[in-house]
Amino acid sequence: MLLDLAKLFGRSKTSKDVAKERLKLVLIHDRANVSPQFLEMVKGEIIKVIQNYMEIDEGALDLQITRTKGDDGDSVVPALVANIPIRNVKNSGK
Amino acid sequence: MSEVIVITSGKGGVGKTTTTANIGAGLALKGKKVVLVDTDIGLRNLDVVMGLENRIVYDLVDVVEGTCRVKQALIKDKRYDGLYLLPAAQTRDKSAVNPEQMIKLCDELRAEFDYIIVDCPAGIEQGFKNAIAGANRAIVVTTPEVSAVRDADRIIGLLEANEIRNPKLLINRVRVDMVKRGDMMSIDDIVDILAIDVIGVVPDDEKIVVSTNRGEPAVNDSKSLAGEAYRNITRRIMGEEVPLLNLETDEGFVVRLKKLLGLKAN
Repeated sequence: MLLDLAKLFGRSKTSKDVAKERLKLVLIHDRANVSPQFLEMVKGEIIKVIQNYMEIDEGALDLQITRTKGDDGDSVVPALVANIPIRNVKNSGK
Repeated sequence: MSEVIVITSGKGGVGKTTTTANIGAGLALKGKKVVLVDTDIGLRNLDVVMGLENRIVYDLVDVVEGTCRVKQALIKDKRYDGLYLLPAAQTRDKSAVNPEQMIKLCDELRAEFDYIIVDCPAGIEQGFKNAIAGANRAIVVTTPEVSAVRDADRIIGLLEANEIRNPKLLINRVRVDMVKRGDMMSIDDIVDILAIDVIGVVPDDEKIVVSTNRGEPAVNDSKSLAGEAYRNITRRIMGEEVPLLNLETDEGFVVRLKKLLGLKAN
């Protein structure tokens, strides 16, 4: 009864909502892992864009899909994390 | 033009073999010439689900190794006109067959049959690669559980990578009562996640257990709701447009009516 009331007031999620949320997260990770080409493609595009503005160390560029805490503090969301060492910033943009 | 349809899932125990048996019998009931190929070498089960386990002489491995001709290994199902089974070997393993041999076998079967239905083993290794090698269509079986849906997603990716385009989804063992109270993912939830077309939804039905006990596909049982679902799937495979079963009304209304009349709910 208590549980039903909680549901009525939208306080607790149904188990299928939990299942769906967990699945979505796990699949983002699975799908990115399944095709190594996927991250390579993203990497290539990012390098192209950034090179218009600065000189970067392409060999040391590191791109990963990880999980991180969401804005609300307790949910976990997937995140694209890039570590791009800068060699020099171009002045032409100014 | 014959079709080679592989029934696959990734995860084990979601109903690939039951689906293969029912679709095969369903197509035969529609007057098609059908052969069921069990590729689960070492763990064959399609023969028992079909009730043909006592009639095996030769198997898939005998055929590809040339021990016998294809026709000698085919078991004719006497209950259904035009339905045949090519059983898997039980004492060998998946490496006894390779994808090239499967392509050759499927091509040979195409000459004789309208539909070649390939029952795929669980997993994504050699057995899976063999099963999909000769196929031009695929049905991915899943249940409304996170593990099964996750594996289905992986399989869909692998099928597409192997140039089997547009695999169709079969959602098995749906329980309307649980979906209603929010304790089971609905068809929409699963489609939302996997983003592929649904070829059918099969309700969780005790009659499937009974029909497997007896070795008689439920598709032939006019009183079984799962059988009805499989009959609809058969028609969709043949290209007919059939709306999805309304499980809600079937469950709600029929069961309520039966209870009202004092009959058993099942």
